Amino acid sequence: MSTMLEVKDLVVAYGKIKAVKGISFTVDEGQVVSLIGTNGAGKTTTLRTISGLLRPASGSIRFQGKRIDETPAHDIVSLGLAHSPEGRRIFPRLSVEQNLLLGAFARRDGDIKKDLQAAYDLFPILGERRAQAAGTFSGGEQQMLAMGRAMMSRPKLLMLDEPSMGLSPLMMKTVMSTVTTLQEQGTTILLVEQNAQAALKRASKGYVLEVGKIVLSGTGAELLESDEVRKAYLGED
Amino acid sequence: MSTSTPSNPPTQATSVAPAHSDHDDELVKVHWLDRVPGRGNPAAWPLGLAGALVLIAGTFLSWSYTSDVLGDLSVNFWPGGVQICMIVLGLVALVLLLAHRGPLAGLGAWLDTATSVRALGLGAVAYMLGALGTIAVKSGGIININPGGWISLVGALMLAASGLMLVSRQTKDPLFAKTSSWLEICTIIVLMALVLFGAAYALDVGDGASFVLFLLFVASVAWGLSKAGVFTWIGLISQKNRQVLMLGAFAVAFLFPFTQGGSDENMSIATQVLIFAATALGLNIVVGLAGLLDLGYIAFLGAGAYVGATLSASAFATIDWKPPFLIVVLLGACFSALLGLIIGSPTLRVSGDYLAIVTLAFGEIFRLTMGNLDGNNGPVLTNGPNGIPAIPDLNFFGFDFGQPHVIAGITLGRFANYYFLLLVIAAIIILVFTRLNNSRIGRGWVAIREDEKAAEAMGVNVFGLKLFAFAGGAFLAGMAGTVKAHHDVSVTPDQYIFLESAFLLAAVVLGGMGTVAGVLVGATILKLLPEKLRFVADYRLLIFGLVLVLMMRFRPEGLVASQRRKLEFHEDDEELAQRIEEVHLEEAEAKA
Repeated sequence: MSTMLEVKDLVVAYGKIKAVKGISFTVDEGQVVSLIGTNGAGKTTTLRTISGLLRPASGSIRFQGKRIDETPAHDIVSLGLAHSPEGRRIFPRLSVEQNLLLGAFARRDGDIKKDLQAAYDLFPILGERRAQAAGTFSGGEQQMLAMGRAMMSRPKLLMLDEPSMGLSPLMMKTVMSTVTTLQEQGTTILLVEQNAQAALKRASKGYVLEVGKIVLSGTGAELLESDEVRKAYLGED
Repeated sequence: MSTSTPSNPPTQATSVAPAHSDHDDELVKVHWLDRVPGRGNPAAWPLGLAGALVLIAGTFLSWSYTSDVLGDLSVNFWPGGVQICMIVLGLVALVLLLAHRGPLAGLGAWLDTATSVRALGLGAVAYMLGALGTIAVKSGGIININPGGWISLVGALMLAASGLMLVSRQTKDPLFAKTSSWLEICTIIVLMALVLFGAAYALDVGDGASFVLFLLFVASVAWGLSKAGVFTWIGLISQKNRQVLMLGAFAVAFLFPFTQGGSDENMSIATQVLIFAATALGLNIVVGLAGLLDLGYIAFLGAGAYVGATLSASAFATIDWKPPFLIVVLLGACFSALLGLIIGSPTLRVSGDYLAIVTLAFGEIFRLTMGNLDGNNGPVLTNGPNGIPAIPDLNFFGFDFGQPHVIAGITLGRFANYYFLLLVIAAIIILVFTRLNNSRIGRGWVAIREDEKAAEAMGVNVFGLKLFAFAGGAFLAGMAGTVKAHHDVSVTPDQYIFLESAFLLAAVVLGGMGTVAGVLVGATILKLLPEKLRFVADYRLLIFGLVLVLMMRFRPEGLVASQRRKLEFHEDDEELAQRIEEVHLEEAEAKA
């Protein structure tokens, strides 16, 4: 199993304030890796830096052995790294289909039609409402669209930023089981979550982030068992 | 609040409203139209028919005692231009009424005839009041209005009353009308012919009052037809037959100079309109497609014009190199694009407001720089405020643009020559615009307009595409500028003031951002009206400001707008969203 993503001593700062203070972690091919932590821990900042939307102050990011911390965001997508941003960020006034097609913007091959069908197979509701303006969707449906859109770039590594945010427990189950489906289909996934239970249950590996530092790491099962996680994130004493 | 008439929502014929039970009456909001006495009365239809006929009959009689007002309206059975407008309006109303009930009833199912007749009737009343008022004022009293005018006014009032009383019976959405393609193509051809005829007529109208009346007439008919839903259908068929439409539009534009009989005065206005329209189309790429607010666009036109002037054979040109004009065009365009890159690359990284401020400043910097490069404060390049005068006319392979030419017995003067050249440039800009709009780049721009951050995450090169739009727009403006220099004969800094940029932007916004037809309409209105309305010249900006405010309140998407654009401005309109969805589904199925 080769290393897909390697983050080393990453520091990201907004002006003088360091949001990420030197973290290192790896994502291996075929894994689901979870990054958990409370608000302000630096999870979203980390993802945005990996996908090129922010620039690191120091440290390195390697994707399939190649350094990408200087690569512009639009080229990173072409390399096979897709980012489904926090808050979904779908295009509300465009139709579902237009949203999905924009997901494939970085591609120049002719197979886009096929992948459109694949997205509709994965989320049948998207196919049923492909002409509807995406802004009229419920939160869960928007999340499905955001994931489908990210998959349209045929990513090797899919980064999901809090897919369960604001969803009903039932909808969250659907979204999380899709994560498993995508993994089975061969996509590597980096999952950022506040919902530790849901995120760690599926994770091959997990990291706990606290105010910009990794304080704990291990397999998903190990972390779920550990006292710190149980106390801090699962509300048990 | 118990009315004897059934209170239908005015536009929905499908809901035959049952009489409300007393207790919920207070909750139901009744449209003001439903309070019109006699609403739904069966007499409304014959009243309307009679009104249209009376209106037309009146136009065949004399309106005015004196023959010097609004053209000549004093001869019986010889209607003048002002009267012919009412004949046309009456005929349109007649057709719609016959579609409402009668031989054309099949058509009435697709069109909202009642609302349309109302618009036409009210328009006719306003028109008649305007016409009779003008006659009374100009010829010295109401006494000078002849019976024909009063008869037509009565007809207009009857028509308006009928429109207020009729209840719509539209049951189908014209958006889904299936029509044979020959009918569609014929419609487009007829439409184009009407545009040509109307433009020629409007330019020929001598006095301001007649022109205002003509505008009122066009607005009434357009309002009526748009209320009926005809324009929805026309928009649909023009999208389906885009090639025919483009070809037709260019044929009309090409034929236009031949209708002017060599009149340089009208052709001068027409070329000015064309320069303005071509520049506005370039701005439309920047504003309408990429969504970048550029308040200094006129500077790019100016940059092209100055390149054209300094490299021309004018005795006042400051550079001795005289390349052929085609090279000058390219140089002017590239110079403008270079300026665009210089301004754009630092500012396009920040959000919209900053770009607006920087471009505003750039426009002023350009003007002041051109006014100062006179040898006192720097190199002699532009002769300062005096500019570069006496730019000679173009000469292509022996074809002298300054001389009149006779083609098929019709004399085409200097301005007609430039008109044809500008037509080519406008065509190039339109071609670039439509190709870009339908390309991958166009999709990228849509994504940027909607959500810049999300677009970036999708792999859209946000900065690159914005810079491309900005520099590309500058390139096209520079191209137009080089021709403008020769057309204007002289180039001075005060031609490129901020107000011009504001007018260009207004043309784009007024006409409809992101559309070709809209911007052409907007540019024509903004350039033609000031020429024709010289008698209110002092109030020009006041009127213009009022119109803009009213537009933003009632039709923010512009005169001509795509359905998608409409949704951007009316997000809460669920009916519209539904319609767009259905159209999208149809399109998707047609593709599959």
